[in-house]
Amino acid sequence: MNLDARIPSGPIAEKWNRAKFELKLVNPANKRKYSVIVVGSGLAGGAAAATLAELGYNVACFCFQDTPRRAHSIAAQGGINAAKNYQNDGDSIHRLFYDTVKGGDFRAREANVHRLAEVSVDIIDQCTAQGVPFAREYGGTLANRSFGGAQVSRTFYARGQTGQQLLIGVYQALARQIAAGKVTMFNRTEMLDVVTVDGRAAGIVVRDLVTGKIESHSAHAVILATGGYGNVFYLSTNAMGSNVTATYRAYKRGAAFGNPCYTQIHPTCIPVSGDYQSKLTLMSESLRNDGRVWVPKKAEDVAKASKDPGSIPDEDRDYYLERKYPSYGNLSPRDIASRAAKEACDDGRGVGPGGRGVYLDFRDAIKRDSQAKIAEKYGNLFDMYARITGENPYQQPMRIYPAVHYTMGGLWVDYHLQSTIPGMFVLGEANFSDHGANRLGASALMQGLADGYFIISYTLGHYLAGINAATGKVGTDHPEFKRVEADVKGRIDKLMSIGAKGKRTVDSFHKALGHIMWEKCGMARTKEGLTEALKAIPALREEFWQDVKVLGERETFNQSLEKAGRVADFLEFAELMCQDALEREESCGGHFRTEYQEGGEAKRDDERFCHVAAWEYQGEAKKPVRHVEPLTFETVKLATRSYK
Amino acid sequence: MSDMNLTLHIWRQAKGTAAGAMKTYQVKGISEHASFLEMLDVLNEQLQEKGEEPVAFDSDCREGICGMCSLVINGRPHGPDAGTTTCQLHMRRFKNGDEIYIEPFRAGAFPVVRDLCVDRKAFDDIVAAGGYVTANVGSAPDANAVPIPKEQADRAFDAAACIGCGACVAACPNSSAMLFTAAKVAHLAHLPQGQPERLRRVKAMVTAMDAAGFGNCSNHYECEAACPKGISKDYIALMNRDYAKSVFVAKDAKAVSDGAG
Ligand SMILES: Cc1cc2nc3c(=O)[nH]c(=O)nc-3n(C[C@H](O)[C@H](O)[C@H](O)COP(=O)(O)OP(=O)(O)OC[C@H]3O[C@@H](n4cnc5c(N)ncnc54)[C@H](O)[C@@H]3O)c2cc1C
Ligand code: SF4
Ligand code: FES
Repeated sequence: MNLDARIPSGPIAEKWNRAKFELKLVNPANKRKYSVIVVGSGLAGGAAAATLAELGYNVACFCFQDTPRRAHSIAAQGGINAAKNYQNDGDSIHRLFYDTVKGGDFRAREANVHRLAEVSVDIIDQCTAQGVPFAREYGGTLANRSFGGAQVSRTFYARGQTGQQLLIGVYQALARQIAAGKVTMFNRTEMLDVVTVDGRAAGIVVRDLVTGKIESHSAHAVILATGGYGNVFYLSTNAMGSNVTATYRAYKRGAAFGNPCYTQIHPTCIPVSGDYQSKLTLMSESLRNDGRVWVPKKAEDVAKASKDPGSIPDEDRDYYLERKYPSYGNLSPRDIASRAAKEACDDGRGVGPGGRGVYLDFRDAIKRDSQAKIAEKYGNLFDMYARITGENPYQQPMRIYPAVHYTMGGLWVDYHLQSTIPGMFVLGEANFSDHGANRLGASALMQGLADGYFIISYTLGHYLAGINAATGKVGTDHPEFKRVEADVKGRIDKLMSIGAKGKRTVDSFHKALGHIMWEKCGMARTKEGLTEALKAIPALREEFWQDVKVLGERETFNQSLEKAGRVADFLEFAELMCQDALEREESCGGHFRTEYQEGGEAKRDDERFCHVAAWEYQGEAKKPVRHVEPLTFETVKLATRSYK
Repeated sequence: MSDMNLTLHIWRQAKGTAAGAMKTYQVKGISEHASFLEMLDVLNEQLQEKGEEPVAFDSDCREGICGMCSLVINGRPHGPDAGTTTCQLHMRRFKNGDEIYIEPFRAGAFPVVRDLCVDRKAFDDIVAAGGYVTANVGSAPDANAVPIPKEQADRAFDAAACIGCGACVAACPNSSAMLFTAAKVAHLAHLPQGQPERLRRVKAMVTAMDAAGFGNCSNHYECEAACPKGISKDYIALMNRDYAKSVFVAKDAKAVSDGAG
């Protein structure tokens, strides 16, 4: 397997400029002769589809929601980073680059991260020009706030709904290209497989979710921007429909999967309240700008603290993040803050039902700034908290607990964002590229838009320039399309025929899988746990293929069938995640192996694991092969992360 | 604090072209902490156990932001609580023994796909007609080059908070899409970036809205009451003013392309 990352030569700060000059171009008049498939309409996919159409390419864009504007990016709350240094607080491209490499615990590619920091500044300009209403100061300039893992204020935001505002910007640009006839939009359409011809991506096979019909689409290149796979845990902060199907199917057709075990557990989510729970709600990291995290110092105080937190005097509270990480305090990176919360609860000091919660307390901020000030900054988050829990966070602290939030792992891509299948590019959360083993807050939106607005147009152009427009695209009547269509139909037939007799619902399998993953492949992983999971998952999968219940018909709008297909893929993919977690015998970022720690902190093993693990599929019931792309750090010195 | 048993009357319709009807179901053991959609998840599990097809309904983020959820609950789009989407409604709002009527967002321009799911593509068509700023990637000036007073940016934001759910249409006796379209128009009309295309935009969007089959506004303002994001009916007045101007200046095509107003 070829894992050449195609990193341009030269000093780190000049690589992207050099690449932009060296990459081949498609002449403006020829662009209209090429067609591109974009799967996904979130920040990454929507931005790519609109931008490529602006350039003149013919784009077909797909999403499973009823309109592209509902992609999961819409739910992002807190903000988007950019190295504008509008605050004059010492920020720079180099500092954003440095923070991201360090935040990722030295498991990301330096060249990619530097490019991300470079284009971050253009993103804010582009979004503003589109009419994204970012927060502003009274003087009319843009406002910023701080996020975890940074000592500067570089996060741009639009109240608590930055994702929705950025996505509306993307959607407007996309809508303009739809009206111009340059983008054909396929809503409520799910990609179920990739077609390759002569080793290149040739198109996709999809199911129209309304009619249930299976159809093929071909193009000169295929872009996947299908988001993350956090829902393998069943409960996560992701939207209900987020899934792994597109990237997992691509993996089965030859795309390497990079670092599947890297999962981000977000420290501030509303705790689980019962077994009917369908998802977990994030309370934005921005709250840690003003909220202080604590549990009682003594386990004896837990009952009292759970009933009336205000009755615990300051000297009996353990503000453990401030205590353990004085220079970053409540704004320590996510992986560290999550583990610290788990430790406090494991120590018997967790508050609320089941003892799985810590307090995020705004008492001091309200005293300092007034309730009105706090409401102006976080009002909608406070309202959301009150609506879900029935408690008033202005009067008592929020109860929070870590939850699965983001997946740093994804399809392996080179510097061009191309997967190991030539002609198949992967953008946004779906790829593995820029965040290493831990993503810093407000960097996912930045990456999605960087990939979609500013990077893919160059690297895709380079690929297409090497392809003959007339002969480089095969028709959907090609036998390979027919073969993949037959595979897809076969899987659906199998699900329907088992489903008609099966007894156990899809959701119940999904919950059972989520339970295994959370217990064995969650915040703390061990060799024993992962080995057990690697037995339990295939057993559950076998039961699924014997006893899953899927009612209704195939050629209709059938939500059980949709879910069954997604859960079937999660049941295979989960095994790959556990395998990856087992073989990475170190702790780094969000991947914490209990065996590898020092003084309670993650202990990396740079000798053996300073690399990307890229997994290659070998066929049904065969162990995939783990390939390695070594990582070298020329600019940021490999060092133990410290936030103390 | 005890669990609830409820009687649900739910609209069932196999597909867009089929006839539909209300059907009655009993659901048991619902926690007051569950959300309304989690209550329906429980019902669907119970139905499937009995071999009945689950009720189709839309949702994705379940956080009140994506605009996918779309139920009329006891006659009100998004249910009884002001400023709350269906997915954010919690069962503590109901009590043991309640009867609840659940229907889709109905409107001529929102055909039913199945059961409680509707097709809101008509909203996409309105935006595609002109609901954007023409600003290709690569052409943007520095973001701080044009200062925008905070109050003005806040007003633009208030309008941009629309989640495109369609509750305003479902609540309107005429199935008018005025509130949605006005929110979109007002978002861009409040920003300097939106000025060059301001009149062209409003004209194109209103024309697309009429073509999609939405009804006229006859000043009932049920839309504002149903809107989960507090979009103000005042935007409708702004849109009407801009539209009148656009028709007036359209007679002088040059004025429109210069973006007068
Ligand atoms: C609650 C929450 C808050 C967040 N807050 C922040 C924040 O403040 N700042 C930040 O930087 N990041 C944040 N994130 C992370 C960030 O929102 C996501 O990582 C990012 O938006 C992903 O964008 P994307 O374009 O890659 O994918 P998505 O937005 O997930 O889009 C995926 C697209 O792919 C489509 N799709 C998927 N599978 C298929 C298929 N098989 N067939 C057809 N279409 C398919 C979907 O329909 C959708 O259009 C947050 C995440 C969550 C969950
Ligand atoms: S105006 Fe309100 S009700 Fe109408 S679509 Fe927007 S958010 Fe929904
Ligand atoms: S499901 Fe997203 S707003 Fe309700």
